[in-house]
Amino acid sequence: MKNKITHYCNIKNGKISLNGKLVFENQDEPTFLKFIKSAYKTLKIDYPKFYKMDPLCKLSLVASTILLDSMESIDSEMALLLCNRSSCIDIDKEHQSSISYENGGYASPATFVYTLPNIALGEISIKYKLKSENSFFIFENFNPKFMIDYSESLINLGKSKSVLCGWLEVNQDEYNAFVFIVEPKEGEELSVEKLNKLL
Amino acid sequence: MIQDKNNISVFATTGNCVTPLGFNIQENIKMVLQGKSGIKNFSDEYLHNEPFVGGIIDKEKLNNAFQTLNLKGEFTDLEQMMLLSVKSIQPLYDAILDDKCGLIISSTKGNITSLEKGNIEQYYLSNLADKVAKVIGVKSTPIVLSNACVSGIMAVSVAKSLIQSNVYNHLIIIGADLFSRFVFTGFQSFQAVSPNPCKPYDKNRDGITLGEAAASILVTKNKAVIQGEVYYEILGDSNINDANHISGPSRTGEGLFQSIQKSIAEAQISANQIDCISAHGTATAYNDEMEAQAFNRLGLENTPVYSLKGYFGHTLGASGLLDTVIALKSGSKNLIPQSLGYSEHGVTLPLNVTTENIFTECNIILKTASGFGGTNTAVIFKRHINNEK
Repeated sequence: MKNKITHYCNIKNGKISLNGKLVFENQDEPTFLKFIKSAYKTLKIDYPKFYKMDPLCKLSLVASTILLDSMESIDSEMALLLCNRSSCIDIDKEHQSSISYENGGYASPATFVYTLPNIALGEISIKYKLKSENSFFIFENFNPKFMIDYSESLINLGKSKSVLCGWLEVNQDEYNAFVFIVEPKEGEELSVEKLNKLL
Repeated sequence: MIQDKNNISVFATTGNCVTPLGFNIQENIKMVLQGKSGIKNFSDEYLHNEPFVGGIIDKEKLNNAFQTLNLKGEFTDLEQMMLLSVKSIQPLYDAILDDKCGLIISSTKGNITSLEKGNIEQYYLSNLADKVAKVIGVKSTPIVLSNACVSGIMAVSVAKSLIQSNVYNHLIIIGADLFSRFVFTGFQSFQAVSPNPCKPYDKNRDGITLGEAAASILVTKNKAVIQGEVYYEILGDSNINDANHISGPSRTGEGLFQSIQKSIAEAQISANQIDCISAHGTATAYNDEMEAQAFNRLGLENTPVYSLKGYFGHTLGASGLLDTVIALKSGSKNLIPQSLGYSEHGVTLPLNVTTENIFTECNIILKTASGFGGTNTAVIFKRHINNEK
């Protein structure tokens, strides 16, 4: 059976949608952090570690929670394949600022631990107990071809039965999350055109 | 359509590296086999307000060596390290650039010093990758893998999968990271940095030493592309997350255990066929203990195991690829290097940590790494002798 897009979730422009249907909207918060916190509270995600996380992990956690909680069952070997453009730039800037001589030059371990983009994979894996193939890639632009190529490769080579793919971009108050499940089941066509349309 | 898993064989060259021990693989192997370490004492108030140890490249020597490449334009230290390291495999890839050839850059922080300089464009890893791709002549969009301390070896695993799926025929991989104030202060805030050169698996180990390096390798489905007497086949690979903690390894080594187990299964070998393990061995209390747990669960406690961190320090996103390049080159000489810094056994389970260079048949090499975010990678390499040339 061909691999399809079976579930997807978008977070952009003050809106969150699941499989194309609006599940949350808040146009009143001017900053990303206030917006994502309002979504976290309204959607009752109830995962207090959220408050400690950097912006990239917050975006990744909310997007994957909405997606995964909408599914009947979660394959514990579901692979994670995340990508973005800006790595974890916001927390990197925060760490850089804290270690500047003007600020005393001292790093905070609670900040430093988030200065790797793949921490987002760790946070999702911990919440959903996914002991599975995990990788984080960086591209200048959304790269649907790569996401199709690598997710299908993981499935076809028998390394996983399904893949949670995500473009998780956040840079100050600019954000765009698109997470989707690729698996050999009924669903939307898995193609570059379709993914570009759904982004 | 489900493919036959072993339909396409994937091969690797022995590769090249740029480290404080030398700017090519030959110099590095020579120094490693002599037991020489690239870790030195430094006093640099910009990097740290007290004297410290690190594996840091002499930038004047680097800039001079880079000049010999005659490349036009401005290049950061990191870019110079990357281009210098990939230079030696250029004769191999120049002929195949038009034959579905891609580029993977593995790095955790890339040109991270750009942040303190306020040069935000340089911060973006995709810009670094584009610049390097242009110089090399790779036409497809470069892939950046930023997966903490496993990035370097995970890139080999990703390359194998993409080639076996017919997306690429060849992938050039370059792993690189700098010794930076950004990372150094961070690890210090974790109290994870040793005041002395690190001592993996030793009783007196007390943390990591940071380093910097670049390493390069060519992965291909066409073994005729690989020159030289010895080449390697990538038999199995896996990257399983611990799903346990973002900054500490699983106590039971679960993710690493599963990664090795799955690699062995894919390679269709048994654990006792592995001739040596090039392990991660960061010399933190938790990492080395976790590895001992995983290796023992697989019955690998008698297999010779070593860490190269005592020679180079922890070079982050370069580390896994640097270890691979050294492991494959020393393996081609039937040598298993000494695990520098180890004298008294310091993990709770038995391990056969090498205390001298061992000259022995070295056909199957297991490379492992683990890192922040709960990430783990295992890759199995098999040596072949090139009879066709």
